[in-house]
Amino acid sequence: MAATLQSAGSQGKKGGVIAFFRSIDLVRLSRAMRLGVKSLWMHRLRSLLTVMGIVFGVCSVIAMLAIGEGASFEAQEQISRLGSQNIILRSLKPPDQQKVSDQGSQSFVLQYGLTYLDIERIRETIPGVSIIVPNRLMRDYVWNISRRVDCEITGTVPWYPSMRNHRVQSGRFFTQNDLDERTDVCVLGAEMLPGLFPLDSPIGRDVRVGGAYYRVIGVMEARAKPARTEEGDSNKSAAYQMFIPLTTATTRYGETLIKQRSGSFEAERVQLHEITIRVANREEVIVVAEAIKDLMLHHHKKKDYEMTVPLELLKQAERTKQIFNVVLGSIAAISLLVGGIGIMNIMLATVTERTREIGIRRALGARQRDIAMQFLVEAVLLSGTGGILGVMLGIAIPFFVSHFAGMKTIITFWSPPMAFGISAIVGSVFGLYPALRASRMDPVEALRHE
Amino acid sequence: MSNAILECCDVRKTYQMGPVTVNALRGVSFAIHEGDFVSIMGPSGCGKSTLLNLLGCLDRPSTGRYLLGGDDVSQLEDDALSAIRGTRLGFIFQSYNLIQQLSVVENIEVPLYYQGRPEAESRERAIELATRVGLAQRLDHRPFELSGGQQQRVAIARALVNDPLVILADEPTGNLDSSSGEEILKLFTDLNRLGKTLIMVTHDPDTAQICSRGIRLRDGVVESDSRR
Ligand SMILES: Nc1ncnc2c1ncn2[C@@H]1O[C@H](COP(=O)(O)OP(=O)(O)OP(=O)(O)O)[C@@H](O)[C@H]1O
Ligand SMILES: [Mg+2]
Repeated sequence: MAATLQSAGSQGKKGGVIAFFRSIDLVRLSRAMRLGVKSLWMHRLRSLLTVMGIVFGVCSVIAMLAIGEGASFEAQEQISRLGSQNIILRSLKPPDQQKVSDQGSQSFVLQYGLTYLDIERIRETIPGVSIIVPNRLMRDYVWNISRRVDCEITGTVPWYPSMRNHRVQSGRFFTQNDLDERTDVCVLGAEMLPGLFPLDSPIGRDVRVGGAYYRVIGVMEARAKPARTEEGDSNKSAAYQMFIPLTTATTRYGETLIKQRSGSFEAERVQLHEITIRVANREEVIVVAEAIKDLMLHHHKKKDYEMTVPLELLKQAERTKQIFNVVLGSIAAISLLVGGIGIMNIMLATVTERTREIGIRRALGARQRDIAMQFLVEAVLLSGTGGILGVMLGIAIPFFVSHFAGMKTIITFWSPPMAFGISAIVGSVFGLYPALRASRMDPVEALRHE
Repeated sequence: MSNAILECCDVRKTYQMGPVTVNALRGVSFAIHEGDFVSIMGPSGCGKSTLLNLLGCLDRPSTGRYLLGGDDVSQLEDDALSAIRGTRLGFIFQSYNLIQQLSVVENIEVPLYYQGRPEAESRERAIELATRVGLAQRLDHRPFELSGGQQQRVAIARALVNDPLVILADEPTGNLDSSSGEEILKLFTDLNRLGKTLIMVTHDPDTAQICSRGIRLRDGVVESDSRR
């Protein structure tokens, strides 16, 4: 074998693939690259324009991956905030009732929504359901002397934080005792601290809501943004949250909420605004959700509630991400294909244009494979440069998107090297044919070429 | 007389152009010895360039033997021919044929580059040759910044860089005015005096005068072969 390869070298017999790779030493490669840079630099504008296809291909891959990844991360974050083992029921003002109350300018009490009875029913009929968190939501101003913040007041139970993956930042959440005793304590969301207590710790201080004072006992961690799903569409989402014991809320606010709206009073009676149900076993979430749905359907004649199953949302988000990835992959493939064809086109033109140079090099001792390598290196340099520019742009774009559009973007560590690698492969694949064509030219013909 | 470094035995070349067969060379035989300075003359279309391409291993004869430095190179594979061109032959063309994107010194280095010689050594040799043809001040110039005569001198330096057995020149003064042409021819005679073997195709009888031997072709055969 060695002997035949030796003779392939000296006698010039076709050595095949092995001989080809043996003949590529790093010195030659680096020289070919320097020469390629020179040739490409001679036609700067043309090279730049050729490279654009690859640049946009690569940068769109990275940028779109980053945006998709960020969106999916955000969605998953929001869903996990709701708790993947949870089923959430919310009171909803029935649409037909709303019309009636809008027509009649007289005030009357509109009664709808979830009730304590619902909790009892669920607890009794559905197995595998563990904790049930009832919530009441009120909109009001929270005062600290002269400072005021528009806030959503949540009346709830002590185990709310663990159910909603919402951590206490300092102080404590209220306890069963607070619930039993109907104490006037509250826990503030960290978001409202700058507006309410800009200078000092709120813990131990009192805030005023309406005519009642509440002692601040704890602060909840800030949440990036209110999750749309959590807030629902019925109440305009409030960034600020304050928590008080459910019993305290019922005592203070009763069951009738009165809203004043453009001249007419509107009163609604809602026992519970929200019920969070935890299913003990994650596998059973969907089944339990079905059962609860049937139960609710049976007992609520009007559709005055809505049901959210975060696990279903999670699965949906995963599906969406898959579809997004397929679409993205196709777009990337098409744009890189177009970029590759651009490179092939320009390389064919270059080969024709430099026919005479090929002839000269052949006369001076270049072998076919030397010529092939020269043009292949140029094609890969083109696509590689495009790849690098594309990676830079692809990293910059998500940065601007997050900065100016406020969308979360995540550049996964593997996406830039992958995009760059693909661009280099595109260069070698589409550069191969022009390179072979160059190498197979007849030296005499090439030298005669004008 | 020294032994032949280049020998043609009944070399023929035919081109097939559709139904027409063109006999460009119809049995050419001669031997060229070390130190010869040969001119090849003849009317247009008689096969001078065809012969020079064969001698330069850019093409293979249809039939016949061609010995270069004692080896039969008439039916070698492409890679082997490339190696022969790179090591045993030097080319000078009518239209200089320098590579436009390379500087003077880089152009001179090209044959060494394809033999994989070390860079520093090649550079040194290229500079030495550039100096020898009087272009020491122009090393980093690009071909388009040079006059025709200067470009042809770069080409001569390039043809010498691999220390070839024979230098082949196809109408080297064809594109030059008479004074630069004379400079080039002076370089040729100097080289010949130092022992280089040169073969030069020319149309000009005065140019042929400086050669030590004249081969005349007519319709693809050697019409006369005279020594001065
Ligand atoms: N590639 C080719 N295909 C077909 N015929 C060819 C080819 N190359 C040369 N010929 C023919 O061979 C003959 C010799 O051509 P060649 O180029 O050798 O002439 P020449 O002596 O160099 O002429 P000139 O002095 O004009 O350069 C011509 O008849 C030409 O038409
Ligand atoms: Mg000719």
